[in-house]
Amino acid sequence: MSTSVKMMITLTLIAGISGGVLSIWNGYTEPYIEKNRLEILKKAISTVLPEYDHYDEMFIDETILYIGKDTNDQIVGIAFKAVGNGFSPDLTLMIGVDPSFTNITGIEVLEQTETPGLGNKIEDASFKDQFIGLILDQTKPSVIKNKKPKDPKRGIQAISGATISSKAVMDIMYDQVNTVRELFKHYNSM
Amino acid sequence: MRKQTTLSKEFIKGIWESNPVLIQLLGLCPTLAVTNAAVNGLAMGMATTFVLLASSVLISLIRKLIPAQVRIASYIVIIATFVTVVDQFLAAFTPDISKALGAFIPLIVVNCLILGRQEAFSSKNNVGRSIVDGLGMGIGFTWVLVLLGSIREILGAGSIFEIAIMPETFNTWLVMILPPGAFLTLGLMIGAANWINEKRSEV
Repeated sequence: MSTSVKMMITLTLIAGISGGVLSIWNGYTEPYIEKNRLEILKKAISTVLPEYDHYDEMFIDETILYIGKDTNDQIVGIAFKAVGNGFSPDLTLMIGVDPSFTNITGIEVLEQTETPGLGNKIEDASFKDQFIGLILDQTKPSVIKNKKPKDPKRGIQAISGATISSKAVMDIMYDQVNTVRELFKHYNSM
Repeated sequence: MRKQTTLSKEFIKGIWESNPVLIQLLGLCPTLAVTNAAVNGLAMGMATTFVLLASSVLISLIRKLIPAQVRIASYIVIIATFVTVVDQFLAAFTPDISKALGAFIPLIVVNCLILGRQEAFSSKNNVGRSIVDGLGMGIGFTWVLVLLGSIREILGAGSIFEIAIMPETFNTWLVMILPPGAFLTLGLMIGAANWINEKRSEV
C-alpha cells in the first residue's frame, strides 16, 4: 500500500471515529446544557419581574418578550434581553418593566466582561436594586457620581471607579426600553 | 538498546524537573488567563490533565499505525475530540465553571503542552509509560495553576477557594486579579523555581 493511500485512510478513519464519538456525546449532554440555559433564563426573568404565576414568550421580529402573568392571565410585567457595549463589549442584561412601560421592575446582568473588581460590580445587588422603580419617560434617569440621587426614581449612583460601566447599563436599559415599547405598542395596535 | 529511565523518575519529572509551566514554559496562555481564582486554576488544570492523559493513552496505542507524515494532523484531531468532550461535560454539569473559564476550555486544543507531550513522548513510548508521563505533566501543570490562582486570589480578593481568609481590614490588591497580576506572580514563581534549582545544583 502506498504511503499516500495509507495517509488518507488513517486521517479519514480518525476523523470519522472522532465525529461519531462527538455526535453521541453531544446527544447525551445537549439536554443538560439546554436545561442549564433555561434555568439561568428563568431565574433572570423571575428576578426582574414582580411575582408572577407563569410567563409566555412573545416574538416580535427578532425580539423575544417574556410576558409575566398572574393566575387570572393579567399581565404583571414584561421582561426582555438587551445587549450593548459596556467598558468591554457584549454586555447583556435582562430588563423587567411594568405592563405600561412606565417603571422598571428590575434588571439582571446575564453576561458581562467588565473589569474585575471595578466594572463587574454592576452584578452586585446594591447596584442593580437602584434600578427598581425608576420612572421611564422622556428624560433618561441620571447616573450620578459619588452621591445618592436626590430623587431615587429619577437617577442612580454610579459605582465609584466604574462610571463608564454604570452609565452603559443605564444607556442600554433606556435605549432598549424605548425600542421595545414602540415594538410592543405597534404590535398591539395591529 | 536505549536506556530507559524508571517509571517514578518519569512521573516526578513532570512535577518538578521538567515542569511544563515553570521549566518548559509551555501552556502559558491558559496559565496566565484563567488563574484569577484558585478554583479556576484547579478546573483548568484538571481539564488539561484529562485531555493530556486520554490523548497520551490513545496515541501511544495507535502510534505504530499512524504514518509519520500525518501524525501532527492526527494528534490534533484526537486532542480536539477530547477537548470537545470536556467542554460539553463542563457546560452540562458544572455551568458555573464553564462560564468562568469561557473560551479557554476549547483553547486547550492549542495548548502546546499537550501536542508537545504526544510528539516528544507518547509517540515513542508504550501505554504504561505514556500514562505515567501524562499524569506527571498534568499534575505538574495543575499544581502550578492552583498555586498561582491561590496567590492571586488571596492578595486580590482576600479569599482562597472562595473562602474569605484575610482580616476585614485587609485592602485587596486589585491588580492581582487583573492580567498584570498574572504576569507578576508567574514571573516571581519562575524566578523562585530557578533559584531553588540553582541552590540544589550547588550542593
